[in-house]
Amino acid sequence: MSTKSADLQIIINSGLTTSVKKSVINLNQLFIEVDSENLISVILFLKTNEKCRFKQLIDITAVDYPENEKRFKIIYLLLSHENNLRMQVSIKIEDEQHVPSISKIYPSANWMEREVFDMYGISFKDHPDLRRILTDYRFEGYPLRKDFPLTGHTEVRYSEEKKKVVYEKVKLDQDYRTFDSESPWYGTKYVKNEKQKKKITDK
Amino acid sequence: MTKKKKTMNLNFGPQHPAAHGVLRLILKLDGEIVEKIDPHIGLLHRGTEKLIEHKTYTQAVPYFDRLDYVAPMNQEHAFVLAIEKLLDIEVPIRGQFIRILFCEIGRILSHLLNITTQALDVGALTPSLWGFEERETLMTFYERVSGSRLHANYFRPGGVHKDLPRGLSDDIHLFCNNFSKTINDLENLLTDNRIFKQRNVGIGIVTKQEALDHSFSGVMLRGSGIPWDLRKSQPYECYRDFNFKIPVGKNGDCYDRYLCRIEEMKESVKIIKECISKMPSGPVKSIDGKITPPKKKDLKNSMEALIHHFKLFSEGFRVPEGEVYTAVEAPKGEFGVYLISDGSNKPYKCKIRAPGFSHLQAMDYLLKGHMLADVPAVLGSLDIVFGEVDR
Repeated sequence: MSTKSADLQIIINSGLTTSVKKSVINLNQLFIEVDSENLISVILFLKTNEKCRFKQLIDITAVDYPENEKRFKIIYLLLSHENNLRMQVSIKIEDEQHVPSISKIYPSANWMEREVFDMYGISFKDHPDLRRILTDYRFEGYPLRKDFPLTGHTEVRYSEEKKKVVYEKVKLDQDYRTFDSESPWYGTKYVKNEKQKKKITDK
Repeated sequence: MTKKKKTMNLNFGPQHPAAHGVLRLILKLDGEIVEKIDPHIGLLHRGTEKLIEHKTYTQAVPYFDRLDYVAPMNQEHAFVLAIEKLLDIEVPIRGQFIRILFCEIGRILSHLLNITTQALDVGALTPSLWGFEERETLMTFYERVSGSRLHANYFRPGGVHKDLPRGLSDDIHLFCNNFSKTINDLENLLTDNRIFKQRNVGIGIVTKQEALDHSFSGVMLRGSGIPWDLRKSQPYECYRDFNFKIPVGKNGDCYDRYLCRIEEMKESVKIIKECISKMPSGPVKSIDGKITPPKKKDLKNSMEALIHHFKLFSEGFRVPEGEVYTAVEAPKGEFGVYLISDGSNKPYKCKIRAPGFSHLQAMDYLLKGHMLADVPAVLGSLDIVFGEVDR
């Protein structure tokens, strides 16, 4: 499969030329990075090109890197049945930047983009129905952002006086504790490191 | 007076026995014809992905049991495969065989539940009683190997937790011999049943193109005639060495998907039998002491083993930086994990790709123009479990 990924990399690099900012093959999978303006054309190329034929969108997800200027990375996972290949397309965007929706190209992108919106607060341009999907009705905040606390902001309980479910601020009897058990010592040699070192010395 | 067209809005669920969990459907009906469906999901959302970011890799494994809780080990499998890929370690051959054995048991567990509840949805009660008896037997196998019927936490990075207890493989073999009779009984009840066919043939038809467009996988794809199974096309573990067929449907309706599931159970039984007869000996988990915990016996007399044990269960192990997507053929379709590691002992990001999510999304287009009574039939054949849809 690695050779196929390499072939694919050549096809994509020659077909898309300047649109591709970065392309790497890692663990036999091809990752390419593009600009958000070019996203639609790149995805269309990958879906329709004779040699690519990525007819199925597997998933869309985002990653939050709060320390970066371009905070979010959005990842599109594609699968081609004909060529038996997978690949990842990613774009990097700033907070509050809009991303073009690909739900016209892949109908299944609808809910996936809704989920990204729900979890990260990234809004998609031209999306037919951008609502929250997984969180509660009237939920506030974006849970998968790194600055959202694990405990959340509100909790629910049934109020006997009001005879209904009420939302309240989270009250914890004890603060949430993180146990940082990570060892500061880097003395341990992991098998992988040894393998890699061996490879380097062999070369 | 002119007759005015009236549409009715109907709330289906969230607590409806045919909704297979907590699904709320807002149906727009014209008489009995469905015009629009808006599924509201997320009522079982537990924030699994957020929780995993705060746990070490070993601690994160049990969360996967709680996704698709009718076939827990198949989910664990995708996660441990992702970790192993990043760590670049190999699972010993016996470990791989045991994993395949339990993945196929999971497949039977899931298909049994689906077929029988689908029958229940369209009015047949008996199959569920017969099917659940077999499920109970299969879950005792889970229990014997891991200690719990459902939330196994049995697959670990580097292999499986423990070797099979004595006598288990004989009992599984015995079960397989008797199980073909159960499948026959179920088929006698359903396959040529007039009512079952009336309710399923020609309902919820998915064409090849639509199956691709809507990101379908698993039986939803194969029922429409696309021969795609990750166990064959992108083999993981040692599925390559096994002999099995991929059943493919023709019409892409609910009935074909039912037939596919029946055939898949027969193939799974074949794989399990082959697995038991060819089961090699040797270790069940990687011998790399930095990844897998030492034997209990060694803890008593080896200082190093004790330190390793302590470090592995407090700090865990570090996974080298990188990102990877791994997918397995879970009973419901392609279950994938997109794992990003920043080099520490906790995942930086873990996205779970659940097959049911995209299947449920297609409800609207699948049921447009169908009758209200077809809603549970189609929902049943989509094979939805809310643990994985809502995550």
